[in-house]
Order: sequence, then C-alpha cells, then structure tokens
Amino acid sequence: MRTYTPDTEVDFIVIGSGAAGGIMAKQLAVAGFSVVVLEQGGWGKYGHEQDYTKDELLNRNPSPEDRLMSDRTRQRNTFRRTTNDETRPGTHGYGCVVGGGTVTYGGSSWRHLPWEFNEASTEGTIAGTGVADWPITYDELEPYYTQAEWEMGIAGQRVDTPYLAPMSKDYPVPPVPEKASGALFKIAAKKLGLTVVPGPLALISRGYMGRSACVNCGMCSGYGCHVSARSSSAVTMLPIAVATNNCEIRANSYVREITVDGRGRVNGAVYFDKQKREVTQKAKAVVLSANASESARLLLLSKSARFPDGLANSSGVVGRYLMLGNGAGASGLLEHPLNDYKGVVSGTGIVDYVPSDPARGFYGGGRMTSRGYDTPISYGLRGLMPGAPSWGAGYKQALRDEARHKMTISCYVTQLPLESNRVDLDPDVKDDWGLPAMRITSKSHPNDMKAIEFFTQKSVEVLEAAGAKNISARPVRDSTGGSHNRGTCRMGNDPNASVVNKFHRAHDVPNLFVVDGSNFVTGGRNHPTMTIQALAFRAADHLVRAAKSGDLTSGG
Amino acid sequence: MSTHNKSRRTFLIGSASGVGAAWLAANHAGIVAAQDHVQASTASGHTRGFAFFTAEQATEIEAMAAQIIPTDHTAGAREAHVIDFIDRVLVTFDSERQSDYTEGMKELAAQTARRFPGTDKFSALNDAQQIQLLTAIEDTPFFGLVRTHTITGFFANPLHGGNYDKVGWELVGYDDSQDHAPPFGYYDALPESRR
Repeated sequence: MRTYTPDTEVDFIVIGSGAAGGIMAKQLAVAGFSVVVLEQGGWGKYGHEQDYTKDELLNRNPSPEDRLMSDRTRQRNTFRRTTNDETRPGTHGYGCVVGGGTVTYGGSSWRHLPWEFNEASTEGTIAGTGVADWPITYDELEPYYTQAEWEMGIAGQRVDTPYLAPMSKDYPVPPVPEKASGALFKIAAKKLGLTVVPGPLALISRGYMGRSACVNCGMCSGYGCHVSARSSSAVTMLPIAVATNNCEIRANSYVREITVDGRGRVNGAVYFDKQKREVTQKAKAVVLSANASESARLLLLSKSARFPDGLANSSGVVGRYLMLGNGAGASGLLEHPLNDYKGVVSGTGIVDYVPSDPARGFYGGGRMTSRGYDTPISYGLRGLMPGAPSWGAGYKQALRDEARHKMTISCYVTQLPLESNRVDLDPDVKDDWGLPAMRITSKSHPNDMKAIEFFTQKSVEVLEAAGAKNISARPVRDSTGGSHNRGTCRMGNDPNASVVNKFHRAHDVPNLFVVDGSNFVTGGRNHPTMTIQALAFRAADHLVRAAKSGDLTSGG
Repeated sequence: MSTHNKSRRTFLIGSASGVGAAWLAANHAGIVAAQDHVQASTASGHTRGFAFFTAEQATEIEAMAAQIIPTDHTAGAREAHVIDFIDRVLVTFDSERQSDYTEGMKELAAQTARRFPGTDKFSALNDAQQIQLLTAIEDTPFFGLVRTHTITGFFANPLHGGNYDKVGWELVGYDDSQDHAPPFGYYDALPESRR
C-alpha cells in the first residue's frame, strides 16, 4: 500500500471507511487524487477475511484487535430524552473497523422511493418538525443507485410495484434463497392481500467480481463475513482504492479535529494514532464520512476562532434533526420447523405500508421484514418466548420446543426530523481520548410512536395469518441509539437551514465535504445504507469534476 | 473442509494468531492454563483440574448449573461440562467476575446452612431442596451470573470447554456446519403454490 508522510499535503483526507467513506476513497483514488483514509477502528480481517470468526463466544468477547463495533467503554456516549432529563450512559454504537458498519450489517439495501425526497411537497409539512424536501430528486440519484448496486454487488429482484422505487436496471445478482419465514410471509400475504418481495441485500447470492457466494452460514449480522459474500466497503471499494497506488488507509486513527487555515479553509486533520500520539495530516480538502453521529461530533469538536460553534456550523444546524431509527415487531411459534437461524439475517419484505396514508392517523410508513435469527447462545439467554421459565426443567423443555419454530418480524419505521433531537458534546463526560463524549438527545414525535404501534399491530396480524401461535409483540419503545442514525448535517439550498449544499459541500467551507447518512433531510423508511451509497457515488462524481477544474483551490 | 474452517481452528486451539499482543499479555497466564486444561479434558474425556475453582467449589457451582439446565432423558449442564467452561471464562473473558463468584459461593453456603441446618453444602441437598433454594435466590445478581455462564457454556463452541460433544446444540437441533443449502425448513420446502 502506498503511504504518505503526515506533512505531505495530500489531495484528500477521507474520515471514515464505511458505506460512504469507502466509496469516496475509491472514486477519488481512481480519479488520480492522493487520498489518506483515517479510520477510527482497527483493520479487522481486511485482506484475510477468511479469518473472521464464526465462534459466537469470541464474537461477543472480541479482543481489542478483533473489535468490529465501537466500544461504549471507550467511545463513551451519553443519552437523555429531552433537555429536562438527566443524562445517563448511552447505548449508541456503530461499526468501527476498516469498512465501517458495512463489515457487520444485515445488508438491507432498499432504495428510497421517488416521493421520499420531497415529502414536504407531497405529504405536507408537520408543524413543529423539520420535514422538508431534499435539494435533489430521485431522478438525479437514480443512476447512482444503479451504480452502487452494481459496483457493490446487491442481490435482489426488480419488482414492478408502486411500493418500490422504479429501477433503470435489475440487480446484478438474483435474490438470496427464500427462508421459511419468507415462505410464511407469502402464506400470510395471500390471506391479507399484501405484497411480498425479496429484500435487496448487500450479499451476493452467486459468485460476483471475484467474490464467492453466501454459504448461508447463519452467523450473519454482527459478524464479519468469512467468505466475503457480504458486499462491504472492505471487500469492494477499499481494495480498488489501494490498488490505484494513490490511497493509504490508516486504521486506528481517531480524529479529534479538522483544522482550518486563516482563510477559514480546512487544511488537515489531527488524530490520535494507536498509541494515542497526536498526528497532523495535511490535505488540500477533507471528506467527512464518519456516520451521522460521529461526523456531527467531529465538526462540533473542531472549534476555532473562525468557527467558535464548530466547523461549518454558522447555521447552528450541525448535530440537529438526528433520526436514530425506530422499529417494531413481533414473534410467534409455528407448528413446523423453520430453522430460521440458517441463512441471512434479513430476508423477505412486505412493502404495502411503505407509503404514507392519512387514514392510519400518522404520517409516514415502514417496511415489514422477516428478520430474526437466534444463534445458540443468544437463543438460550433471551430467545425464548415471554412467559417461558428461565431455568430448570421447564426452561429446558421450552428450549427444545421453541428452537427452530420461531418466526420474527422486524419493521423499519419512519422517524420525523426534529430540531430538538440532536448530537452534541457532553459538558461533563469525556471519551477514552480525553475528548468531550457524544451526547444524544432524542425523543420521537408522537406521530412516530403511533407508527410504531401500527407496525406492532401489523406484525401480529401477519403472524396470525401465517398460522403462528403464542404470538408476542415487541414492546413499543422509542429509540436510544443505533447504527441507522441519520440527519445531523442535512443537505439543503439555504445556508441558514442546512449544513451542506446539494453536492455535499459545506456551505461555510469550500473545501470540506460531508458525505454520509448525516445528509438525510428526511429519514425514508429507516433503511439508510443504499441511499448513503448512492449519495456517495453522486457526491464523488461532482467532487472529482470540481477538483479537476481547480474549484477546490480557487479560494471559494 | 474449506480453508476458513482450518484457519478458525488454528485460531482457537493453536497459537494466538489474530489476537492482539496487549490483550494476550493481559490474559496470557489464564489462557495458557485454560487451554492446557481443555486439552487435558479433551484427552481424558473429563478431568478435575481447574484453573480458578477448587474441586469443592466446582462441585457447588456444578450443582447449581445442573439445576439451571437439568439432566433428563437428554444431557444437561453436567454432561455438557459447563463447569469446565465457567472455570475457563473466569480466568479469561470474565476474569473480573472472580470476586463475584468468591462472594457468591460464600453466600450460597450461608443460605444453605440457614435454610437447611446441618450442612453448608448446596450440592449435598436433594433436588427439591436445591430448587427451593435457587428459587429463593433467583433474582440475585449471583444467580443471574451463574445462569448466564451456564447457558453460555452449554451453547458455546465446545472448544471453550462446555457443550461437550455438542450436547447443547443437539438439544435445540442446531446444525453447526455453518454451510447450509435451501430448503432450510418445512415452509420453504412447500411447493410455490402452497406459499
């Protein structure tokens, strides 16, 4: 791998190597620019993915070297529902390894529907919320969805229904095998008149671009993929970036500040290396792709005389309109075995409730997916249906009876962007590097709680129609954290009401680009990754053009 | 078997490939002891050399584990050698829980003596008495910890000392080949017209 010294002014620093950062690094490096990727997490098994463990105990107790997710005891965060509440230790976490969250995610790759980019126009605004149109349209993004699907490798099937986005091209590989829970979705949907589609997944169902097909190992979400079937940034984008000889990936690099020069332009980043030594990397421009929570936090940490409230934050919008991601669901027991522990974590979808319908009494919608698997330890500890004994002869009998017969539905649901829901810096708590910890303040709008209740009820109905017994609904709960976080650096045309413009360039800083889920104006139906990837390909296209025309160095 | 399985096995039993130096340094003594122990157990079927417990302590904890997942017509925690697993995690992954066990075992003895004068050995009680005592303490952190360790050991990869002969996986019908082909279950084997 090509390396650069920190005092070499590279063309771009890309902060983060996940869904967006991997694509940005690859596109910029392929275009001939020098790139240093600063990744907070370790290397994982980058380049030797066959060594990813499928041992449940080791996966739950990783050594620091083997961690794939952030560590709440080091990347500390705090949480409160509202500013009137006390903060408490937070549960928020995110993928933290070369490849980011794409190394371990379930892989759901749903596109946003065209109207999800202008819901304020089509559905109307809601008083007290930040619902607004995106500054881009679906048609502008469509070619980049296609590019992302084909370059990453998405398994799926184009289905002509108003509940899915129209596609100019089918998926590159067919859907993964339908699981028993998917077949049960069809049985239920037939009775209820619902629409069932194979879920698009970032997981190849047959050999593709030198990678081999999923073997349905059943140790999926939360695990690294030992056959490289999961289409993570680490096995798709980053190797190509490195192969250009223009790109260096620096793992274990925890950025504490993006620095600015006297003209208010960014000129590098200061990070802690693995030994917590401070290093300053110089660059002509910075691309921030650290996920919605960390990107906002880093901008707020990057205070200077010129930007006393945080970098690119003259609007005061950085960190606001956070959407953590809401869900609902239910489980039930079927007469015959499903063995849903085999295969991918997330399979078939019911999509009829994606569009908003005023008759339901709330704004928004969601997707129902047959999702859930029990690996043996987690099944034993907390997989039995509520009411089962927790130890003894009855517990053992329940283990026997319920294993293989359980079906779980998980729904992914709208969450409205609220100015009061935000990421900021905790004034009291520090992270393991001595920096102010991330503080999350989040309370879903009453509308969103109605949406969660609606999807809870629908999950029960679908399970009943599938013939399940002993059905148990997941408690209706507001979110407290999660890797689907979006919205903290929203894009828009108005510099007073958004952080970046429609090309992801910070309104305040001409050579700073923020590209990740933070740019979402509205949250879609809480499956963000495919849209993050499409945005990244589009952002990179414009950025390469701008950089080649000298637009980054002309003084802004 | 494919190369990835071989490589996993090397990681688990063999050297420390893939394990960070710092983590290894901090846990090295425990890991060596635990691995020696597991290898000895594997060779003989079951041994009584423990890295953390005394033989007497192991008898008490094993009796608890055997009530959490009892032996009926199929293997329970005892046959799964869950005690070997717990002993091992207390010198590796969960070494910070050692004092919880030390204190918990004292309390278990005290509770036993208080409820059943004449002995302070939980393991000496009959089944009904053991269940009665555990029911009384089932909401305590110590019981919760032993339950977690028992279940984890029962279902973890046998290389960690428990789930001997894969009896835990057998109970729940878990196929550990980690390489599956459809149909996976009953419903996806139905003809398309019946789905």
